[in-house]
Amino acid sequence: MSKEQVFKLLQESMELGVKEYYFTGGEPFMHPSIVEILEYTLELGPATVLTNGTLCKKEVVRKLALAEERSVYSLEIRISIDGYSPVMNDPIRGKGTFEKAMSGVQLLVDAGFLPIITMVQTWEEDENVLVYENFMSVLRNMGYKRPRIKIIPTLRIGAEAQRNRGYLNYEMVTAEMLENFDISQLICSHSRIATSNGIYVCPILIEAPLARMGETLTEADQAYPLAHRACYTCYMGGAICKNMSVEVSNVF
Amino acid sequence: MFSEVYDRIAVIGGIYSNHLALEATLKDVRRRGVDAVFCLGDLGAFGPNPDKIFPLLIDAKVQVMQGNYDNSIGKGLTDCQCGYTDPRDNYFAKISYDYTFQNTSSQWKIWMKTLPESIRIQLGDYRILMSHGSPRQMNEFLWESTSSTHFLERMAREYEADILLTTHTGIHWQRSLPGDRHFVNVGAIGRPANNGRTEVWYTILESRNSFSAQHIPITYDHESLAAEMQAEELPREFIETIRHGWWTTCLEILPSKERKKGRF
Repeated sequence: MSKEQVFKLLQESMELGVKEYYFTGGEPFMHPSIVEILEYTLELGPATVLTNGTLCKKEVVRKLALAEERSVYSLEIRISIDGYSPVMNDPIRGKGTFEKAMSGVQLLVDAGFLPIITMVQTWEEDENVLVYENFMSVLRNMGYKRPRIKIIPTLRIGAEAQRNRGYLNYEMVTAEMLENFDISQLICSHSRIATSNGIYVCPILIEAPLARMGETLTEADQAYPLAHRACYTCYMGGAICKNMSVEVSNVF
Repeated sequence: MFSEVYDRIAVIGGIYSNHLALEATLKDVRRRGVDAVFCLGDLGAFGPNPDKIFPLLIDAKVQVMQGNYDNSIGKGLTDCQCGYTDPRDNYFAKISYDYTFQNTSSQWKIWMKTLPESIRIQLGDYRILMSHGSPRQMNEFLWESTSSTHFLERMAREYEADILLTTHTGIHWQRSLPGDRHFVNVGAIGRPANNGRTEVWYTILESRNSFSAQHIPITYDHESLAAEMQAEELPREFIETIRHGWWTTCLEILPSKERKKGRF
């Protein structure tokens, strides 16, 4: 999407009373105008960037820190790292990605950011606390005093369906399940994702044709039926894409 | 719909069983003089002996509404619906909730169940809507750094109000919106505002020629409260916050700007 397209959407979003803005990709830091886009967004509202952290360069980070300082709003940087060591992360995200992402974290921490490390849960539920604690100590050891970690559940679509398994027959949202269910817990009840191909219901379903809701944000400002298999994961886990929305575990 | 009309009101939020702060606040309110006092809920939580606050509220004729905590306690739910998402935050939230639930008499549990979920009044020419978290959701966090102005404007328009009042986050702030509309988070009197100071905050709103909202710090005998919390064997972390003014728990829900202002 061009810078101009993004600015136009941001203008439209103001008329709709949008609360906050998330930027994802691909990789947002590959966009040539990402700094300008975020600077402008921070004049209008809070922004979150979802990145793999490998392209966080010193100059970009410095400019973003300045932009956040000038703004009344928070700029959150979320970095996807799927484990607390190369052994755990690299088989999932690619060789050398752990070290690269961690140097991105270091740059952000040095510039005063409190990046949120986002991990997709590729381990059993009862190991959550252990993984969380191990990553916390790795981050503290590198000088990140107040580490923030978010664990998100696995979506059994795309590569994950091949690697592990897809959704089982019973794993779908039914009409009965929605009775007495607080729909506001789901991101699709109050968010949309704008892409160069139009507006989609949520970031998970940008390749699902039925999830395209229109050309403009205004057209897409209507209810969406929870008809996709991946909706099951959101139903079970809450609005998984938000910054701090999923319980890691009830047991500390 | 907006039957009651006032010129000057006091609004408190987040008492969290801090009866000493409530006493000091009500004393300050009386000294300053207002037409009415409102409380936006979350009566229990971190503090000791939850039953102590109710007679104070009733004697002072405070008009009280439900927060998520009061909704949970009233309904006998198993958690506070605080909206925390981190294991450490939830660990402490559970201790606090279980203690409060066990130590609140059934008469007050029943009373909490009867409280309204929102209050509408008229302040001069302004239509005020009081909510706990946000007009659309009792436990929505409206932080200063994560609520865009046009979003607040839309809330005000949709809910047909000129002034929106909330608490829930525990940190007071306000913003003027276009068209002489206003958003005010009245703060919390139950614990300090994560600024390294032991005072707690409430808000006085006034409509004389124009609208004004003044956040007011209250000093109270926080050492006595800390001693009482200790006697009740409440977590050391909660007591530290009362003594030093920095939040030690429920931190992961803070957006980065608010988090950076704190110590932990």
